[in-house]
Amino acid sequence: MDPACESVVVVSNLSVTYQPEGGQPVHALDYATLAVQPGERVGIFGESGSGKSTLASAIMRLLPANAHYGSGSVQFQERNMLALSETELRRIRGAKIALIPQDPAQALNPVITIGDQISEVLRAHCRMTPDERRTRIEELLAEVGFDHPERIYGTYPHELSGGQRQRVVIAQAVACRPSLILADEPTSKLDASLQGEVLSLMRRLSEHHGIAFVLISHDPTVLAVFADRIAVMYAGRIVEEGSKEDTFRRPLHPYTQALISLSGRYLISGSRGTRLSAIEGEPPNLTTVERGCAFAPRCPDRMQTCSESYPRQTTRQTAHRVSCFKYDE
Amino acid sequence: MTSKASATSPAKQLVLRVNGLTKAYRRRRLGWRSHEVIVAARNVVFEIGAGETLALVGRSGSGKSTVARCVAGLEKPDAGQISVSGAMIGELGGCDLRALRANFQMIFQDPGTSMNPRFTAAEVVAEPLVIQRIGDRSTRRARSLELMQEVGLAPSFADRKAAEFSGGQQQRLAIARALALKPKLLVLDEALSGLDLSTEAQIVNLLLDLQAAHSFAYLFISHDLALVARLADRIAFMAHGEIVEEGSIPSILEQPEHPEVRVLLASARTAQSTLAALGFAP
Repeated sequence: MDPACESVVVVSNLSVTYQPEGGQPVHALDYATLAVQPGERVGIFGESGSGKSTLASAIMRLLPANAHYGSGSVQFQERNMLALSETELRRIRGAKIALIPQDPAQALNPVITIGDQISEVLRAHCRMTPDERRTRIEELLAEVGFDHPERIYGTYPHELSGGQRQRVVIAQAVACRPSLILADEPTSKLDASLQGEVLSLMRRLSEHHGIAFVLISHDPTVLAVFADRIAVMYAGRIVEEGSKEDTFRRPLHPYTQALISLSGRYLISGSRGTRLSAIEGEPPNLTTVERGCAFAPRCPDRMQTCSESYPRQTTRQTAHRVSCFKYDE
Repeated sequence: MTSKASATSPAKQLVLRVNGLTKAYRRRRLGWRSHEVIVAARNVVFEIGAGETLALVGRSGSGKSTVARCVAGLEKPDAGQISVSGAMIGELGGCDLRALRANFQMIFQDPGTSMNPRFTAAEVVAEPLVIQRIGDRSTRRARSLELMQEVGLAPSFADRKAAEFSGGQQQRLAIARALALKPKLLVLDEALSGLDLSTEAQIVNLLLDLQAAHSFAYLFISHDLALVARLADRIAFMAHGEIVEEGSIPSILEQPEHPEVRVLLASARTAQSTLAALGFAP
């Protein structure tokens, strides 16, 4: 069975390199492979520099000019995203694939009213009369949880709170009923209670409209609430992938195991002065190309072979995949 | 003064005393020739003893950063007194204020923007010594290396540019810089947010170790109750610019009274139970 036939998006063996001016190339994505089914909520779990944001930008072809696609491909609804022209991309971005960024304050234009900013998305992609558009925008604002959409319509971003702005950005993202939304750390700037509200809103929208989500986060509590499937990234590679239950309950990769042991930090019962368990060592340096597994220097289960070659992907049970020599047969 | 100190933390010296701090900002209404006044902090009162950690907790926009900025001397309060080690900040100016500043240092959320990216690590750490005119070039460098070692950065990193460090390493540098003048109080304004789990754990452990070694007082600003419970002795909870609840960690976690405290605590508990449901074993 070819997964590309039914998937919304299929990223296969994608490599992306950034070339900073006068610096060494940074290998941000290294043979990353990921398929997302319609309506599915996939969580990308990783730390900074793991390539998770690059993956999202690469899917939308929004990488900065100094980025180069190496190997691999991105298929979105059976179209090769890497071969599309800018005009064709404009028809997809915002309409079929939407982005919810981390900081809504920077995503919104401070001198344009909320209504006009949502209207911009609709004008670009949907044929509507101004009246229809106005009704539609108020519907969208109501859908994302504003009690008085008509009042929000004419306000400016600075008049709203952080949580409200994030709702506006979500309304923009769902305006054209896309089949895929990429959300890059959408709640990391919000406090715990707003975070919960925004996540359940996104989950509701995903279920109602069958929108597939790729949610990027370094916070396991966010992914545990929102995602069905988890892909764990380290040093530009997806090192483990599986259902939320498999990945969180029975993590296979030593890196995933270490990350999960760190989440004891979310227990409020931790008593004053108790140290946290930590992963020793520094995040990987992406400017050097290592032959072996990038996690090897920090790995408690390191073997001789780990620094010599990169482990193949092994599938355990159904659809729980891991790249680690421990499971290599 | 001393009797007051023993009232909050017996047998301990008072490091920071904030009394009636009030600060309002004027914001221009867009398109209108009028201003609205936003009271970011109203009659805020608290004290911190030597070696103690007070967590200033609140939801976004509750005024906690305003209080931190006033304490660090970055904003002038409209009313109220702030005294560090018995000296009033507001009454001092110029040289006296600069001398007093050695007693309290600030660590910000985004370490990358709080240091000159072109400075080497050793230069970043030595900057407070330069400002306070302490030591000569070689003693300052020796002290920088010592401080870097103390926060877990190898001396071989000393000549690397600040911009070349990872986020976690930059936060370590910021902490080393804050320690340079042997302060009595560190103000940590969301200093742990935005860090990865593995880096965050390392920095939390570092802060605990440093406090055990030097008995620093921390004013720890955060909305993360799980971390606060590990780091702080007491919580002062802010809502709409006022401290609405104050007490020991167990008393606030077990019997929260103010609705805002309950909301934040409920969310933290939800996160905890979601993880527990997935079988996370701490």
